[in-house]
Amino acid sequence: MAPPLRRSTMNKKAQLGVFAVYVIAGIGALIGAALLLVSLWRPGTFAELRGAATDVAAPVGEVGARARTGSQGVLEAISGFYRAGSRNAALQREVKLARVKLAEAEALKQENRRLKSVLGLASRGQKPVAVARLIGSTSASARRFAYISAGSGDGVRPGMPVTSPMGLVGRVLETGSRSSRVLLLTDSESMVPVRRAQGDAVAFAEGRADGSLRLRLINLGINPIEPGDVFVTSGAGGIFQPGMAVAVATQITRDGAIAQLLSNPAATDFVMIEPIWQQQAVRSLNAPPRVPAEIVDDETSAEAPVTAPAGATAPATSDQPASGQTAAEDE
Amino acid sequence: MISRLNPRSRRDAYGSKINRAHSPLLAHAIPWGSILLGSLVPLLPIISSAPVVPPMGFVLMVTWRLLRPGLLPLWAGVPLGAFDDLFSGQPFGSGILLFSMALFVIELLEDRLPWRGFWQDWLTAAVVIAAYLAAAAMLSGTAITVIQLTLILPQLLMSVLLFPLFARFVALLDRLRLLRVRKLG
Repeated sequence: MAPPLRRSTMNKKAQLGVFAVYVIAGIGALIGAALLLVSLWRPGTFAELRGAATDVAAPVGEVGARARTGSQGVLEAISGFYRAGSRNAALQREVKLARVKLAEAEALKQENRRLKSVLGLASRGQKPVAVARLIGSTSASARRFAYISAGSGDGVRPGMPVTSPMGLVGRVLETGSRSSRVLLLTDSESMVPVRRAQGDAVAFAEGRADGSLRLRLINLGINPIEPGDVFVTSGAGGIFQPGMAVAVATQITRDGAIAQLLSNPAATDFVMIEPIWQQQAVRSLNAPPRVPAEIVDDETSAEAPVTAPAGATAPATSDQPASGQTAAEDE
Repeated sequence: MISRLNPRSRRDAYGSKINRAHSPLLAHAIPWGSILLGSLVPLLPIISSAPVVPPMGFVLMVTWRLLRPGLLPLWAGVPLGAFDDLFSGQPFGSGILLFSMALFVIELLEDRLPWRGFWQDWLTAAVVIAAYLAAAAMLSGTAITVIQLTLILPQLLMSVLLFPLFARFVALLDRLRLLRVRKLG
């Protein structure tokens, strides 16, 4: 059967109506193309619009996220019921081992503290800015973004690292007042400076948008990476605190390796939003080039943020992320 | 003597014809609402590290368009695409452009091939969805590599294979849409 829409007619008015619809739709498509060019040119242009929309829809997503945690619990409860006996025995064996390991860890911790005091390093515990739920992710798009249930109202600012207990998840890209959008590590625009946990191989971890990361060594030459090597953030760039677990290498390539993400966002319910590690370093890296004297000043303050001059009101101590950010915006 | 009428003769698939009429609100809200809900799929608690879920908003729009030509106006791609852009993670404007283009292409195809049929609709949908996914990946704002283009293959396969299911679902919504719920008089 032919679609009922098109009928040849002598009715001038009907013909004009059809024509008008075509014109309106054409203009709409052109406006879309123009908006697309603008947002490709300046990706942050419509951030506020998106933030507001996500804010409105976030409660729904949060209910879903809660259901996800709940249903996982139910499944685990049922499967646990079937394997209770063998589980129990295995767990008891594990606890025995774990007690030994715990004692060893205590010893290591003490040794670590001693060595750190020798080196004069103060262990700076980063206090998270906020704890939030992962609401959802752009599972239908080629880009890898996730939505979290905390926004600028909770002190979250663009650029802040998002972590789970298993390691780094990504960084905040745009904030609404109660929700934000996170650039996941696996997005192809994401790049994190990393180093090998047990060595000195320094690399960049790029997202491949399929759940794995591509490690590119900075010093080319003989590739020292072996499968199974764990990579942690190196702290270069000042956004991510050094030593956060990122990925484990699985496949060696010519200039680095392909690595699997350690903190799979799919298995994460709650994430922590941490303050930017070195506010001033990031600020000076992002700032446009200025007169040489000021650049030198900024570089020294970036290297030793605690001893920053009194003029810089917000040294990058971790417990005042919000004030540090406002200081960064004031300039 | 007048024999009794068949009691079903005053009913159709949408309910009693006596004293009841379709609700214009329901008739228009269901297609638009279902497509907008489809665009909210990124807020489902599926945290995936690769694109796997079909672009529900787009697929539902194409399905409605194929099932009920003339129900969605030609300019429907503009508002629907704009809403989709707010959540899909694509740069703003790509949805507006691609949704509109898809409606244009379907319109042209129907000019050339004015028949209907299960296989033809499925083929049309497959072509349109494949073109949409490829174009969306190109316009996603990152440099395009071969990896990225192979990345959309599972998603494409899933969207195309699930299309008959979506069509059944939309047909169900369509029956709901035309229920005679409004009381006359």
